[in-house]
Amino acid sequence: MTFSFQDVYIEDTATICGPYEKRGPFKKYFDKTYDDFSFGERSWEKAEIHLVKDALHMILKKTGYTKEEIDLVIGGDLLNQITASTYGSLGVGNGFIGIYGACSTSALGLIVASCLLQANYFQNSLCLVSSHNMSSEKQFRYPTEYGSLRPNSATFTATGAAVCMLTKNKRDVRIECATLGRIVDFDQKDVNDMGRVMAPSVLDTLTRHFEESGRTPQDYDLIVTGDLGIYGKEIVREYFLKNYQITLDHYDDCGVMLYHLASEKEIQAGGSGPVCSALVTYGYLYSLLKEKKMKRILLLATGALFSPVMVYQKQSIPSICHAVSLEAV
Amino acid sequence: MRNTKYDKIADHHKAKENRLGHFLAAFLSGGVVGALGEGTIEILCFFFSLSRSDASVFMITLFIFLACLLTAFGYFDKMVHFCRCGLIIPITGFAHSMMSSTLDYKEEGLIYGIGSNMFKLAGSVILYGVVSAWFFGLIRYVLEVVFG
Repeated sequence: MTFSFQDVYIEDTATICGPYEKRGPFKKYFDKTYDDFSFGERSWEKAEIHLVKDALHMILKKTGYTKEEIDLVIGGDLLNQITASTYGSLGVGNGFIGIYGACSTSALGLIVASCLLQANYFQNSLCLVSSHNMSSEKQFRYPTEYGSLRPNSATFTATGAAVCMLTKNKRDVRIECATLGRIVDFDQKDVNDMGRVMAPSVLDTLTRHFEESGRTPQDYDLIVTGDLGIYGKEIVREYFLKNYQITLDHYDDCGVMLYHLASEKEIQAGGSGPVCSALVTYGYLYSLLKEKKMKRILLLATGALFSPVMVYQKQSIPSICHAVSLEAV
Repeated sequence: MRNTKYDKIADHHKAKENRLGHFLAAFLSGGVVGALGEGTIEILCFFFSLSRSDASVFMITLFIFLACLLTAFGYFDKMVHFCRCGLIIPITGFAHSMMSSTLDYKEEGLIYGIGSNMFKLAGSVILYGVVSAWFFGLIRYVLEVVFG
């Protein structure tokens, strides 16, 4: 399931983030940053919707398009019924597709949009993702103010919203090829070690990507995974070396890159959430490609298809990973 | 499907936990909470001429109030981060679990929000607390009957 795209380009991106991401190394690549979590709203869900609206407003401002000129909006987030994307996208675009890929949504949106653009059904599309630390905590784990004790392998959901606008018009960066992920389950059950849960999907998608495209790690200036964290990242590196004798030299993880982990103890093993890989890719990596500092980057956005109900019913956590290759034109 | 090769590699990269540090932090902070409780009882007995059992009820109420107040101002979870179970096991932890649930669901209204979610975490504590108290009461009763 590896496709190549001939004329799908990135028009521009918009990235909005919360306080922890602002303190991280990529502050200058974000379009707007916040110092608190509520943004003047009365609930965490409304705060996340606020982020989505902000990001959509920002992309329209940056590209000069009007709401009506947008052909398609593809959006996803972590909340039930993808609430933030649906409520936040109201009034923008002539079509909407809601997607759920957990934290892999950032790449899944790009793949779906690229396929539809390549097939000439649409001329442009907005790919939208968001996550909010507090709304995710409330839905998936404990109440936000609850002092839950977590092991060091736990990750921290990033707060923000990011939009990537794809177009058929020639621009500086293009979506060059993609590998659609499939659901992988290695019988992992630890909800506090998502790196370990999601690493198997990276192994599956990345090996298939190399096989189907005939490429090697050397074909990329950088390979980034979505949100495996410091431990999951090392699992992937060692697995590739031991089983395939492949050394991943230029390899990093967005969850590790997004924060100063040494000084931010609360982040623990790294960032997570759909917007984690999106902030790094649509913000920092996109600007590297645009400035021609890198030629080609492979994003492997990872998602744990985690349902608290199924975990309580003693079921394992499946994961998925979608790969997208971005290239400077 | 379980993959033993994968599990072996993943076990190499397990996060290290500072168990001794956590244990000591919980032991010391739990002790401090206990000492503060005892001190409060002594003060109440001495200055307000309360009986010991009345004073302990006031002490518990005071600690519940303080835990709720600190939760509402957003300090309690940060304190738990350092004190670990030293703050979670005493009555402060119970109050904290109810207050944090209440805060999260206040926007959904009094019935569907606060009312139905307040005991989200504390419900199990109450249920199994009552059930185990009943059993321990039974054991105590039997022992008293047998050994006089």
